[in-house]
Amino acid sequence: MSNESAHGSHVQHHFVDSDHQFDTAKMGMWVFIVNEILFFGGLFCAYIIYRTWYPGLFQEAALQLDTFWGAVNTIVLIGSSLTVAMAIRSVQKNQIKGLRINLLITIALACVFMVIKGFEYSHKFELGILPGSLYTFEGIEHVQAPVFFSIYYMLTGVHALHVLIGIGLIYWIYRRATKGEFSSEYYTPVEITGLYWHLVDLIWIFLFPLLYLIE
Amino acid sequence: MAPAEDSNKRKLQVKRFVPSENPKRTYLTDETGVWAWMTTVDHKKIGIMFLVAVTFFFFLGGVLALLLRTELLTPAKTFIEADTYNQLFTLHGAIMVFFVIIPAIPSGLGNFILPMQLGAKDVAFPRLNLASFYIYITGAIFTFIALALNGLDTGWTFYTPYSSSHSGSSVIWVTMGIFILGFSSILTGTNFIATIHKLRAPGITWGKLPLNLWSIYATSVIQVLATPILAITLLLLTMERFLGIGIFDPAMGGDPVLFQHFFWFYSHPAVYIMIVPAFGIVSEVITTFSKKHIFGYWAIAFSSLAIAFIGFLVWGHHMFVSGQSPVATTVFSFLTFLVGIPTGIKVLNWVATLYKGSIDLKTPMIYIYMFLFLFSIGGFTGVMVGALSADIHLHDTYYVVAHFHYVMMGGTIIALLGGLHYWWPKITGKMYDEFKGKIAAGLIFVGFNMTFLPQFIMGSIGMPRRYYNYIDQFTIFHQTSTIGSYIIGIGFLLIAYYLAKSLYNGEQAPANPWGSRALEWQATSPPHLHNFDHIPVVINGPYDYHKPMEEFQLGLADSHGAHSKDSDKTIEMTEKEWVDYNLD
Amino acid sequence: MDRIIGGLFDFMLPELKSPLTGASSDEIMAFIHIVSFIILGGVTFALIYFAVKYRRKSEDDVTPLITHHNQLEIAWSVIPLLLVIIVFAWGYKGWLNLNTAPDNAYEIQVTGFKWGWTFRYDTGAQMPNEVHVPAGRPVKLVMKSEDVIHSFFVPDYRIKMDVLPNRFTTVWFQAEEAGESQVFCTEYCGTSHSNMLAKVVVHEPEDFQRWLSEQGSGGGGTPVERGENLISLQGCATCHSTDGSTLIGPSFQGLWGSERTFENAEPTIADENYIRESILDPGAKIVQGFQNQMASFEGRLSDDDITDIIEYLKTLE
Repeated sequence: MSNESAHGSHVQHHFVDSDHQFDTAKMGMWVFIVNEILFFGGLFCAYIIYRTWYPGLFQEAALQLDTFWGAVNTIVLIGSSLTVAMAIRSVQKNQIKGLRINLLITIALACVFMVIKGFEYSHKFELGILPGSLYTFEGIEHVQAPVFFSIYYMLTGVHALHVLIGIGLIYWIYRRATKGEFSSEYYTPVEITGLYWHLVDLIWIFLFPLLYLIE
Repeated sequence: MAPAEDSNKRKLQVKRFVPSENPKRTYLTDETGVWAWMTTVDHKKIGIMFLVAVTFFFFLGGVLALLLRTELLTPAKTFIEADTYNQLFTLHGAIMVFFVIIPAIPSGLGNFILPMQLGAKDVAFPRLNLASFYIYITGAIFTFIALALNGLDTGWTFYTPYSSSHSGSSVIWVTMGIFILGFSSILTGTNFIATIHKLRAPGITWGKLPLNLWSIYATSVIQVLATPILAITLLLLTMERFLGIGIFDPAMGGDPVLFQHFFWFYSHPAVYIMIVPAFGIVSEVITTFSKKHIFGYWAIAFSSLAIAFIGFLVWGHHMFVSGQSPVATTVFSFLTFLVGIPTGIKVLNWVATLYKGSIDLKTPMIYIYMFLFLFSIGGFTGVMVGALSADIHLHDTYYVVAHFHYVMMGGTIIALLGGLHYWWPKITGKMYDEFKGKIAAGLIFVGFNMTFLPQFIMGSIGMPRRYYNYIDQFTIFHQTSTIGSYIIGIGFLLIAYYLAKSLYNGEQAPANPWGSRALEWQATSPPHLHNFDHIPVVINGPYDYHKPMEEFQLGLADSHGAHSKDSDKTIEMTEKEWVDYNLD
Repeated sequence: MDRIIGGLFDFMLPELKSPLTGASSDEIMAFIHIVSFIILGGVTFALIYFAVKYRRKSEDDVTPLITHHNQLEIAWSVIPLLLVIIVFAWGYKGWLNLNTAPDNAYEIQVTGFKWGWTFRYDTGAQMPNEVHVPAGRPVKLVMKSEDVIHSFFVPDYRIKMDVLPNRFTTVWFQAEEAGESQVFCTEYCGTSHSNMLAKVVVHEPEDFQRWLSEQGSGGGGTPVERGENLISLQGCATCHSTDGSTLIGPSFQGLWGSERTFENAEPTIADENYIRESILDPGAKIVQGFQNQMASFEGRLSDDDITDIIEYLKTLE
């Protein structure tokens, strides 16, 4: 039945062939993505509850966030999602050079995102907008002001952690691509890392309006 | 074995493979040595490593329980301080829930059995499976660090604001430990879902999936959907303690009831993570030892999924007296009753399976009998605490303590013991001592009821849980309970003794000592490194005891294994099935 | 009918002293117990009967193929469903009653703290760990917590409610006869959770009025008496004994004027300022051999209160 030629070196012994392995890996990744969405879902839930309790605070506190740089970061991440998609397209067409270039651009964009985020954080730290009990900022009248920023730091912090992990993963894929491990026959890790990166992008697309664009 | 085309049906020539009785090479003889074990990606070895770790924690949690019960012999101080007592019950709960009951059946026994019941060589992601084990160990290390520092005294439920700003213990270490542990659970769940979907042997349709796998499937779905909420809750709690972010702390505008909602949104489904896998074991053992087709296959399979689904909507029943909104309380109470229905359906289907069977009360079956009795009591008392006005009286008393011990221990742990004895010959290749097995089961049954029946009564009279001192009125109940717990302890020691002994000088186990029709029993005992040396082809359901054994031993010669030209049987398959099982 | 069969399970319940709140709970418990015993008995009988009747005779036993039976499945889904709907409706009705205090209820303010209870009356009277109520009249408790979550439980009345730090919760009951009932805290709250007990003392209505007027406004008496009262009202006595025995914190006996040695500061003589500091900022100086367990009483005790407490401490030699 399963002919030996389909059993390339990358196919693990318990799979019938390459397609079988690819389908299984992709399914596993989708299950993991569902789990990630629920993970952020918990934080979104906390956000919704506190926004319902203190609607005025959320409008006032959101003014402290820099919408311009937030928007730039949104564009940067959407761009990186595009380059990841292009990377997958390249490897499907067996263009390994295209794959590597697109991966590098993705890493670069992700780093730009982190740098901008870093500036945003440090600006707030200088103002005394620190998380939780360290909060000393006096520009917002509302007594519960620290709670908004606690939620802000939790949401963006956990997201930034995901971006960092993503950078690590894409760099790992890039290294493997350089070693010539991928081809149009086998690119499962590229595909599932791409899925992960789209998720990171998607979460930011929700975070941006919810935190920065409250009217 | 080229398939022949015939009017949309394709024919598959299969051969009978009778498992050899004295396998020379097994997964235990291949790849030996400590390093090979530690780096193995074999699901069987990983399953065993989980079982060993779980056994260690069970021993630890059990000793804590005995210390607790000893302290409660007298109304005031018996031999330890109040703070120590509070730490002991917290750790007993946290260890038993997070380190024992949640991983025991899925990650331990399940890891071993699941690919074998699918006729697969391994789980979908073997390296992830190993990672899952080490993540579990890392979580355990964090917890031990907490123990070495200030321990934990918040109760396993970590209610705020006590846990966030009042407790002087190492809350952060434990919450981080359990946060990490959660990923072990998530990864195992993910792995099993993909495995069940993608790695079924030819012929295993959803309707021929052993009920054990339906249970594990339902469990995995809950693990993937609920555990991330626990993760984020514990992360928030950690940040609360670390930075004072104030989401759950009333002193900073937060809400402690919100924590309870978050916590139970995971922890109630987690109750089903703990009990649903036990249902799978019951279905397997009860059919084998009554040689009978399961009664109501689809009712049992779908009730697992129904429990998994409704289980997500009942978390608020832990909070009837917490100050949550009255509407929420009403809805949660109603849904709680709905989740009781599929559970009741299962029990009655199992009892009906025994009707006109050929019942052999070997040790595993005795445990399943115990399960049916004890779990029913757990279920009925669950209805009691689900009833709103009754729960107002019984909430947070020993009645609740007894209720969940009847479910968690009388249900899950007893079924786990049944499963462990049932699969022991398959896992180790040795037979345990049947006589000692029955004695130990009897001791545990007597000890268990002696421990927890009095707790129903004293709880109902008004004894609150988590009490270091108690008023004199309750003394007799506590003392009976304590003596019962010692009997349970003796029972477990006896099990540990004869199981360990069987490893050294136990009788060699036959491939299929119980005459089961299930697929895992058609491999050698213990199995080969890759489970089967052929590709099993399944044409019958796992409980078709009315068909001869030959029909359950069919397969295709593996391209890596022995070649065989002759065939014993021809199976017809539709084109779709052909494609689904990757038969080209 | 309910009374008679309910009596079978009376050994499991304390005597019901507030029938208006507890009768419905008792009835539903009896109902569930009886139905459960019948079904459990049936299941157990079937298990044992099958094990005997259908025991394995030989390894070659052949069993009939019975895969399912739709009518049976429907029967044992629908009948339990009906039963639980009855139980739900019954429980819901009782619970509504437990949540709706009568309009004429007598109100008492309750504060839970680590580890004790304070009960305040509209006359200003305060009682630590003992709530006195009139018989035959509904009493409503309005509760809040000073620190963590507690829960107010009176088994005799079948009532229980969590006591929260950021909102008020209520319970009500109506004790019919004079007597005493035990109060427990049922939400785990730390070291002395199991000692966080109180008593409900029920008086005949006229005795209650007399008792209440004797209490005055709670603020009366000499400074020493006020100080002594505060020590128990604020729960100080839960951790600090007045007889020299060591509880969670150091004893008050012999404290005044003694030399104190600390874990984290230079030794000091226990004077007014030391005591004031220890009440308002307990972590500043931790007595040798003890842990930093105490919460600040800033905002809970005024300077006058502290002066009264100091006057009382001076008497404990």
